[in-house]
Amino acid sequence: MKKKLGLIVNPVAGMGGRVGLKGSDGEEIQRKARELGAKPESPQRAVDALERLVVSKDEIEIITYPGDMGETEARQCGFEPIVIGSAEPGRTTARDTINAAREMAEQKVDLILFAGGDGTARNLYDALGNSEIPVIGIPAGVKIHSAVYATNSRNAGEVALMFLQGKIKRVQDSEVMDIDEDAFREGRVTARLYGYLKVPHEQRLVQNLKSGRTEGEEAALNSIADEVIESMEDDVIYVIGPGTTTRAVMNKLGLENTLLGVDVILNKKVIASDVTESQLLDLIKGKKAKIVVTIIGGQGYIFGRGNQQISPRVLREVGKENIIVIAPQNKLTALGQNPLLIDTGDYEVNGMISGYYRVVTGYQKTVMRKAE
Amino acid sequence: MGVVKIKKDFHEARWCEPIIYEMSTPGQRGILVPMPDDEVKEAAGDVLSAIPANLRRKELNLPEMDQKHVLQHYIRLTQETLGANLTNDISEGTCTMKYNPRVNEDLAANPNFAEVHPLQDEETVQGILEIHYKFEQIIKEISGLDRVTFQPGGGNHAVYTAASVVRAYWESKGELDKRDEVITTIFSHPCDAATPATAGFKIITLYPDKDGFPDIEALKAAVSERTAAIFMTNPEDIGLYNPRVDEFVKIVHSVGGLCFYDQANANAFLGVARAKEAGFDMCHFNVHKTFGTPHGSSGPANGAFCCKEEFAKFLPVPTVGFDGKKYFLDFNHPESFGKVRDFWGTAGVILRAYAWTMMLGAEGLRECADISVINNNYFEKKLLTIPGLSECFAGNGHRRQEQVRYSWEKLKEDTGVGTVEVANRAVDYGIPHYWFSHHPWEIPEPMTLEPCETYSKDDLDEYYEVLKQVSKEAYETPEIVINAPHKAAAHKRNDEAALDDPEKWATTWKAYVRKHGNK
Ligand SMILES: Cc1ncc(COP(=O)(O)O)c(C=O)c1O
Repeated sequence: MKKKLGLIVNPVAGMGGRVGLKGSDGEEIQRKARELGAKPESPQRAVDALERLVVSKDEIEIITYPGDMGETEARQCGFEPIVIGSAEPGRTTARDTINAAREMAEQKVDLILFAGGDGTARNLYDALGNSEIPVIGIPAGVKIHSAVYATNSRNAGEVALMFLQGKIKRVQDSEVMDIDEDAFREGRVTARLYGYLKVPHEQRLVQNLKSGRTEGEEAALNSIADEVIESMEDDVIYVIGPGTTTRAVMNKLGLENTLLGVDVILNKKVIASDVTESQLLDLIKGKKAKIVVTIIGGQGYIFGRGNQQISPRVLREVGKENIIVIAPQNKLTALGQNPLLIDTGDYEVNGMISGYYRVVTGYQKTVMRKAE
Repeated sequence: MGVVKIKKDFHEARWCEPIIYEMSTPGQRGILVPMPDDEVKEAAGDVLSAIPANLRRKELNLPEMDQKHVLQHYIRLTQETLGANLTNDISEGTCTMKYNPRVNEDLAANPNFAEVHPLQDEETVQGILEIHYKFEQIIKEISGLDRVTFQPGGGNHAVYTAASVVRAYWESKGELDKRDEVITTIFSHPCDAATPATAGFKIITLYPDKDGFPDIEALKAAVSERTAAIFMTNPEDIGLYNPRVDEFVKIVHSVGGLCFYDQANANAFLGVARAKEAGFDMCHFNVHKTFGTPHGSSGPANGAFCCKEEFAKFLPVPTVGFDGKKYFLDFNHPESFGKVRDFWGTAGVILRAYAWTMMLGAEGLRECADISVINNNYFEKKLLTIPGLSECFAGNGHRRQEQVRYSWEKLKEDTGVGTVEVANRAVDYGIPHYWFSHHPWEIPEPMTLEPCETYSKDDLDEYYEVLKQVSKEAYETPEIVINAPHKAAAHKRNDEAALDDPEKWATTWKAYVRKHGNK
């Protein structure tokens, strides 16, 4: 008997990131994102994941929603999906995701593979509640706080395949979290736990939940800031990524910063705040530039989560040798044996900037960590 | 062989002793010192004027007590500890808590030794200088290196000596500003990072690969013309011996860097492997750990720092020399970096260590290493059958050396009882509170145990039975474990956060009164 795989793509997930918006939930934001030239990210990521499943095409039956909510992506990979429900092309909403998940649950699919961000995960939870249907997420959104996502698109496909083949048997209750998008755009992080979904358990391929900061870290942040500032060179552009660790650098320099956006400084003065990808490209064109980024919580991401403005094109321009990764020791410890992660959406750039980094953990202190 | 029983009815003494300052009764005295006779006063002159003004005290803030109650107080305190001489101290992993033979205490207490002073004329202390010199020859043989100083007062101190030598070396070449990076590994002892940092170097730390060994690819990515040295422990504090240690040395040497070997865990390889053959330029031993002497708690311990001839000129002064007839203190090292401590080494430790080594002989030393590794492997196999317990980097196909870093992660997941609670509960069976791990806790819910050569099979089995019992309790009646200890002198800290809050903790009575007021 064929295994039934539910496929849901939230086609607008991730649009906000590349143009400097801190999320893509809500029609107003999506319109704004399109105006700023954003293109949907999730269809391509869904295809990347589905390609992993092609080897077992004959054993898998895909049940999905019409158009770019899954049908298009499935066909692109050579599947003949069973299309259910209806959705207005180009104008899909959260309601459609919820309906799709509900109907798939009724059809008793073996697994739901979905592409989106925290908002999408919440929609799935709204639909599935505490049902036994397992899910695995393809990370395509701007915000990925939930623990229901694989570390990248390909791994999502991998986990789905292994689960359908019976190679992964255990499922684990995994957190669905989301933050208040309005507060997020104002620079406040208020993550909330909405509930749990069942996720196939494969440690290396599924994201750890973001681990919160512990106390006593102020001193560590301070000494990281000292190190970064002491090594700053004149007439070099510094692109400061989002996060509380990078904020410590800005604070120490007495500069305004955007907690969840990218700021640019030159000779210890801000030259642009909360920039988009294209502004960044203009600023660094033909100049020597360095990027300062930190790890996002317990996941280990240094690129591709919450800092999509620092896009593959920007990274190509700047080069690996000019990337400075900073993180307090406890964030590295939370990662355990897992590597730092890079998921820019461009596999060539991922490869180009992967390898060892000297992660700054304090004043005159670094640790070697590998990024993949 | 006796029947192994765990001490279910154990109960530690609980005296609830106040701090000695709180026991003070104004006017009480232990000794009434008589006033000097006029004759003495006259002969001595005004002795007080010889004491610098800033060292003179008008008021002595000391507790006022009679002799009996001072003695009673300290004996009671000793009854409230579970030290190595009293109990099964496999607990103190990374510390090599072996038996210190009593006969060596007799030697150290002999007045002919105990009453000599390091400021005495060389001629009058030939005996201890001879022991010093001879012990240096032994340590040279064990390490394969050319020169040794015993000046450091402990392991960290010896590693700091290494950092000072590395500094002096690059300074002498005029390259200190370029060679400013020291590489270490996350499972090396933290002093391998801390002491070179204190000596002014930037620290780069390597993480382990999937087998738990320092990642050699990371090392290749880290070395450069800025590399001053590598400081590495081996076997590391998790009990794994890096089989590619010589390759590490080659990689660092290939960029011109120096190689220092932290051999505080030498109990694993005494007489088996030497720093020299692995290619190291420098190394150290924790004399108080490996060579069977009291640890001395940050005070009268000893670290032996060893180096190749090329670096001997930087050693701290004085060194102990022998001209064929007599032993002498050699201050003639113009390029010496100075001193890390007064005099030339903790004489009491060196005397005991020399006696210990001579009693065992070369084969005996190797036997110590063999037995500790065998003990540890027997113990490991047995412990790993306990539900909820695992070891780090399990199944990597490499034998553990003299210690193991275990993990209670599974127990925590299953029962909510973690390593802190297990350690507290073990105390209820007369087992000293065990060592978790150095920071950071890379291994979750860690426990590090080291059953040196002096523990019998019964000791190992007793320890195993206790941990098995605690694990069983965690699954069946976790509240007993979570609320432990029940039978110890001290219970839990009232305020867990107090240890991290400099405004709360105090290491002296004066500081305590300042922070908390005199109640
Ligand atoms: C590997 C290692 N290096 C250094 C030290 C520091 O020695 P000490 O405590 O004598 O300063 C220790 C302590 O046991 C150790 O295990």
